[in-house]
Amino acid sequence: MFPTAFDYKRAGSAAEAIALVGEYGDDAKFLAGGHSLLPLMKLRLAQPSVLVDIARISDLSYIKDAGDHIAIGALTRHHDVEHSELLKQHVPLLAHAASYVGDPQVRHRGTIGGSIAHADSASDLPATTLALGATYVAQGPNGTREIPATEFYKGFLESALAPDEMLTEIRVPKMNGAGWNFQKFNRRAQDWAIVGVAAWKRGNESGVALVNMGSVPILATSVSQAIASGASLADAAALAAAEAEPQSDLNASAEYRVHLAQVLVRRALEASNK
Amino acid sequence: MKVSITVNGKVTEGDIEPRTLLVQYIRENLGLTGTNIGCDTSSCGACSIHLNGEAVKSCTVLAVQADGQSVTTIEGMANGDQLHPMQQAFMENHGLQCGYCTPGMVMAATSLLKEIPNPTEEDVRIGLEGNLCRCTGYHNIVKSVLAAAKK
Repeated sequence: MFPTAFDYKRAGSAAEAIALVGEYGDDAKFLAGGHSLLPLMKLRLAQPSVLVDIARISDLSYIKDAGDHIAIGALTRHHDVEHSELLKQHVPLLAHAASYVGDPQVRHRGTIGGSIAHADSASDLPATTLALGATYVAQGPNGTREIPATEFYKGFLESALAPDEMLTEIRVPKMNGAGWNFQKFNRRAQDWAIVGVAAWKRGNESGVALVNMGSVPILATSVSQAIASGASLADAAALAAAEAEPQSDLNASAEYRVHLAQVLVRRALEASNK
Repeated sequence: MKVSITVNGKVTEGDIEPRTLLVQYIRENLGLTGTNIGCDTSSCGACSIHLNGEAVKSCTVLAVQADGQSVTTIEGMANGDQLHPMQQAFMENHGLQCGYCTPGMVMAATSLLKEIPNPTEEDVRIGLEGNLCRCTGYHNIVKSVLAAAKK
């Protein structure tokens, strides 16, 4: 399978990439690791006429301690997120969730920014960063802006990014010793989650987000509110799907997904409880 | 578009369409057909090669993305008549049946051992999750990788 023909441009900096995409308009797409975009292009579900390769912008691949949060360059590969000592220390949930993305070969190419910009509710990292209260930084022709993860996901594969805006950084608050857990329910290794759960808990504070429980990653706010008001973990987990709008597909019916979400959230909360 | 890619230590040059996949460049432009195409959707791992020393699925990389980079394919593993220790271990442990997944398995497994030189059986099974064997010969594949790690 081959993509439709396109022009290929290689950008040396974020500013150059944004200018190139601006020049070619809506039909241009940023190409990072290509592990979300190229499969879509091979299936002809995406047919951009210009690809702007941003993978060689070396100053967008980093993981830095920024005080109350860890700043991750958008071009940081899943492999590097998975193995980062800084993340294992301060945001262990994210490093662990990254180890569930695809398989080792995919993690050698795919980037955290690419996964988030692709905005697939079935991917592990959009929901994980949402649970962690992350903020995304986008750069456009008129400068940069911060977008809270809670305002980023707009619909199926749709994000708050404008066509000429590039995701440049992911800011994830330090977990400060909170308990955490990641649940991924699938039928085979390397599959997408049928349902996934990213959760952390510190006393009555918590963050719980669901993978593949709607057209966007879902923040299970009812669960966190119940925990804050003193409900048992089992009672809180029963509210897992309150914000979700799951679909039925070949893998699972919507009803089964609701059941899975409740069971997996309960397991995740119990494992996070310390 | 002109590209220059070092493959198995030799500089190769091509004038290709940007949509050319790396696996297609390796097989069709260079005639190195040891790298197989299986699912063509980055699931099966048959097309695994090393890009700058790390295993990647060459059906999901554009050749232009590898411009100026270094690629190793299964043809680059043996040293003359001397098989790479991983190839030797696959042979000695019956790590292949039909052989279709084998080049990808060998490339993924050598990349795995670079990251985890002394893996447990579980490390190997998880580390090879991106490679499918339709003969389901996983048991001897895992045995082969563990044997290669001891060499």
